[in-house]
Amino acid sequence: MVRSLFPRDMFAELDRLQRDMQQAFDLSPTIRGVGRHGFPALNVGGTPQTVEIFAFAPGVDPASIQVDLDRGLLTIAGERADTAGVSEKPAASGAAGSASTVHINERFSGKFRRAITLPDDADPDAVEARCSDGVLHITVQRRASTQPRRIQIQ
Amino acid sequence: MNDSNISTASPSGVARSAGAKAQGSRYSDEALTPPVDVIEDANGITLYADLPGVTRDTLHLHVTADELTIEATSSLKVPQGLQSSHTEVGLGRFHRLFTLSKELDTAKVTAELAHGVLRLRIPKAEHAQPRRIDIKVA
Repeated sequence: MVRSLFPRDMFAELDRLQRDMQQAFDLSPTIRGVGRHGFPALNVGGTPQTVEIFAFAPGVDPASIQVDLDRGLLTIAGERADTAGVSEKPAASGAAGSASTVHINERFSGKFRRAITLPDDADPDAVEARCSDGVLHITVQRRASTQPRRIQIQ
Repeated sequence: MNDSNISTASPSGVARSAGAKAQGSRYSDEALTPPVDVIEDANGITLYADLPGVTRDTLHLHVTADELTIEATSSLKVPQGLQSSHTEVGLGRFHRLFTLSKELDTAKVTAELAHGVLRLRIPKAEHAQPRRIDIKVA
């Protein structure tokens, strides 16, 4: 039984469906906003001794990335230049002031910030960050006092 | 930093060898599609592609007369015994194919790779570049 051709706005319905799906599949919803699809993309993992964070930030100068740690909250912030921008392009390609056309613009540009809550046993004094080929790798040591150990019997 | 891996050979042979290398896994042939920017000006086309974790050795570009293939593998070093708890980049392979148009000069493609971003420049062929036609006075 069809009552109306457009009972509701179809796009709003699709929007709601997508939101429901995302909430159902997102295993780690966080109070600090969108957990996924941000820039830089994050992979987080751990070994018994360390917490390993990989931030995929291609095209960002490693010196301009700010990594802050405040009471167990690790923040990665910075800015990525807009390569599809119109102002600098003609000069860089030597095209003597001629206009350039952007055909595809999929890459992220602008300011970014992402935050990760570190586990309780992470040692804020033993953080190491390395950057190579556009991947920022942060290693946080776990506290020695939380390492598994055998207790001697007196 | 010009990349020496640009080849003008058919990409089929390389695709086969890459598939044979990463065998066994169910997702061995899966690859991520890297985001790109493509900007055209009067002299050619510039392409930027995000390829985090890719080095010169693991990036393969194949240019034929009408196709450009970007094939890359991330050379990320992961510590032993890592247990992943949150994954947004789940694959270490990148693949993307573009169809080129015939006014582009595929013999003069240059490529640079810096901080995980590939910059590819494809100039237009001489005859396709805009030019002013001189009028001869009779």
